[in-house]
Amino acid sequence: MEELLQVKNLSISFHTYNGEVQAVRNTSFDLHRKEVLAIVGESGSGKSVTMQSVLKLTPCVFKSGQIIFEGKDITNYNDKQMQNIRGSQIGIIFQDAMTSLNPTMKIGKQITESILRHQKVSKAEAKTKALELLTQVGINNPEKRYHQYIHNLSGGMRQRVMIAIALACKPKLLIADEPTTALDVTIQAQIMDLLAKLKEEVGCSIVLITHDLGVVAANADRIAVMYAGKLVESGTSDQIFYHPAHPYTRGLLESIPRLDASHNTKLTYIGGTPPDALNPSPGCAFSARCKYAMRICRQQAPEDREVEPGHTCACFLMDDEAKATREKMGWEVKL
Amino acid sequence: MAKYIVKRLIISVLTILVLCTVVFFAIKFIPGDPFSGPEYTEQMRQQLHELYGYDKPVWQQYLSYMGNLLHGDLGISVYYRGRAVVDIIAGAFPQSLDLGLRALITATVVGIGLGILAALNRKKPLDYISIIIAIIGISIPSFVVASLLQYVLAIVFPIFPVARYTSFAHTILPTIALALPTIARFSRFMRTSMLEVIDSDFVKTARSKGLKKRQIIFSHEVRNSLLPLLSILGPTTASLLMGSFVVESIFAIPGLGNYFVESINTQDYSLIMGLTIFYGVFLVTINFVIDILYGVVDPRIRLGGNKNG
Amino acid sequence: MADLTKLELYEHVGADQAEAEHISRPQLSYAKDVARRFFSNKVAMFSVVVLAILVIMAIVGPMVCQYNYQSTDVGAVSQKLAEGGREALGPDSEHWFGIDTLGRDLWARVWVGTRYSLIIGFVAAVVQAIIGILVGCVSGYFGGMVDVIIMRAVDILDSIPYLIYVIIIMMIFGSGLFPIMAALTLTGWLSMARMVRSQILTLKNEDYVLAARNLDTKPIRIMLKHLIPNCMGIIIVSLSMAIPNAIFSEAYLSFLGIGLSAPLTSLGQLISTGIQEMQNYPYQLIIPSIVISLLMLSLQLIGDGLRDAVDPKLRK
Repeated sequence: MEELLQVKNLSISFHTYNGEVQAVRNTSFDLHRKEVLAIVGESGSGKSVTMQSVLKLTPCVFKSGQIIFEGKDITNYNDKQMQNIRGSQIGIIFQDAMTSLNPTMKIGKQITESILRHQKVSKAEAKTKALELLTQVGINNPEKRYHQYIHNLSGGMRQRVMIAIALACKPKLLIADEPTTALDVTIQAQIMDLLAKLKEEVGCSIVLITHDLGVVAANADRIAVMYAGKLVESGTSDQIFYHPAHPYTRGLLESIPRLDASHNTKLTYIGGTPPDALNPSPGCAFSARCKYAMRICRQQAPEDREVEPGHTCACFLMDDEAKATREKMGWEVKL
Repeated sequence: MAKYIVKRLIISVLTILVLCTVVFFAIKFIPGDPFSGPEYTEQMRQQLHELYGYDKPVWQQYLSYMGNLLHGDLGISVYYRGRAVVDIIAGAFPQSLDLGLRALITATVVGIGLGILAALNRKKPLDYISIIIAIIGISIPSFVVASLLQYVLAIVFPIFPVARYTSFAHTILPTIALALPTIARFSRFMRTSMLEVIDSDFVKTARSKGLKKRQIIFSHEVRNSLLPLLSILGPTTASLLMGSFVVESIFAIPGLGNYFVESINTQDYSLIMGLTIFYGVFLVTINFVIDILYGVVDPRIRLGGNKNG
Repeated sequence: MADLTKLELYEHVGADQAEAEHISRPQLSYAKDVARRFFSNKVAMFSVVVLAILVIMAIVGPMVCQYNYQSTDVGAVSQKLAEGGREALGPDSEHWFGIDTLGRDLWARVWVGTRYSLIIGFVAAVVQAIIGILVGCVSGYFGGMVDVIIMRAVDILDSIPYLIYVIIIMMIFGSGLFPIMAALTLTGWLSMARMVRSQILTLKNEDYVLAARNLDTKPIRIMLKHLIPNCMGIIIVSLSMAIPNAIFSEAYLSFLGIGLSAPLTSLGQLISTGIQEMQNYPYQLIIPSIVISLLMLSLQLIGDGLRDAVDPKLRK
């Protein structure tokens, strides 16, 4: 299977009043065609920045790396070149549809705008297409909604409009940036189901950015876990959920509250806070919070290690030396 | 929408009523008698008082004034003996309106244009130039600007006529002087409003659709940043009005402002009262129209939601 | 690193609590943060310097010159006119800013005028602020009918430019220092009241205010202890904007001929005279114009700096 998107050694910085913030550090991943890749991480881990930088939507500094989309290196594309990719090849859904849609423009126009930009169709045809899209994303009475403004719609409906806009030109890649975070739990499942259905209909790949492992479990083919601007672990859903290798991934999975736990079980959490992206330490970014941390973790940043085919993890615990030491010291690590 | 209009209308009428009452009694409180000069004999003074109704109790004067007001009668000028205040206003209003509209149009085009350009060139020279113009326009009083313009461009370098208001050349300096504070206000407001929109999420969405830059600027950014500008149109009209007092009297334009300044100095109470009420009604009407316009343009208000929602 | 063996390198050390909870940037209190932002604003700091110079000149300016700002010397005027024509009245080594047509020293007049403009600006702005805060607090905190009535009244007053009220009040009281300050304070509190009210409306639903209410704290104490301190930011900003406004209003009134009355003088009055003498004695217009422009500019820029410092989101 050919890769749709390849991100190689990407590093991205922002310049702020306080100095340079290294938002993404040396991150690589691939996305296959018709695949759902979930990028998981807490807020500030660089997951949104990574994907928005693919579309060049945020003003940031590319330090190094390559972005290859459909075999073409788009790393150094300028804004004009990107305009032809945005919307037609890659669509994006933002977290908060309320602020991400223009409050003073009719819903219909916001959809046809994209169609008219990328396809050679008349206004009437664009309207027909927009109405079809509205039906497709499950909005009833599309003719009426077409002429309304977003404040007339509920949160779930707005997110559906957002999806219709992103998919208006049948892109090959859909980036869903926390698509359900701003929604009620009951609506979340509906939107995720809709995305899964549309993915089949349109035949696109999806990158799902989220901090909610619950959303990921049912929907993603593969999962990439980010921490402090770095990809710490990636693998298939099963690999990540059943055989997590990185202590951070394990921490994340353990902190999901369980309904079947006895009622006096305390909630588990990862102690501490993410490191300051302004001056990262030379070692593993997670080492300060990691209960398995070793001396080496404070001094060097770990490279990716293959756990099994398709499953990589950036952690020194995978090393043979670590195993040897553990055996010698009689120190137990559940792996 | 109908409910919204009716509510605004009631408030407007109430405002005018309160205004007229306050102005009437305030002016009655002003000590002194316009007919106290040595040129009046005791008999003349009595006759004049009878003519102007000053001999009656204040509340009767109030009732008859309000009654006359309903017929569009604002009484007779004290200084311009025998001329009805309404006639003076009718004669002077066209000049003031002409100047005001010229200034408003200039300010709208220049101010909004400058604000948009500044926002699109954030932290570049053009942006700093617009900030400097805005700060100068806001902080230097209009009479200083007007008199310096007159001194430099009409007296030292006689490019423009010094005063009066008879040809196009005559209108240029007063228009600039009157428009400058509004240019400053508009460009500053537009810049902030535009920058807010440029940073907003929906512009990011528009960019994510692959729209061309020009398309984003016009159909999303400018469009959405113009809306809040409506909210300062009312205060702007008021400030143009206050500016016109100064500009008209410096450039000797026979408009309402000039009459107002003159009536203060000549203690022409009925003219002051008439002009104040005229200004009040004018501004309240403008504000009413703007409110309705806001309702028409902003779909969120039309449905009775709040402005911030 | 070379001296560590593989074994030591891979020795277990565990999580570092101190490091994990470490916050590298120092936490600043709100006031300190505002002050830091304000002091790092170069334009605002420059304006502070300009304003300081103007204030110092307003205090010591008239003292360092040997002439009194109100003593006339018509003899000197006619003598100078006879000797050197109109130019002779202008600035020279004796009269640094020249003299006016009545022979009064302009240096002394300009700085005395600045002094009165500043006094009027500060006093009017502070009194306006106090009235505005009181009305805004009462209206916002008690809400209901009180709020409706007060805010309707504010709306109605606000629909007419306040200078028109000021003009009418000035005509009732007559011109002078006290009437002008009274007129400005009577009309200038509207925007402060409106701003404080809207701030209070959001603050009063904060949990700490609800907590204080549940503890039966007296409203006056809640206002003083909880509400007003939290409005201080916008109060200071709007106060800093009110000062140039009041100075502008005074100058405007003086221009219309109903501001301060002689022998007192203000920048507005000097400019107003300057305009009449502009054709023959341009320095009489230009000097006070420059001083008032510097004064307004520095106050305005300080206000802008304060606003950016209090609410950095507004900084663009």
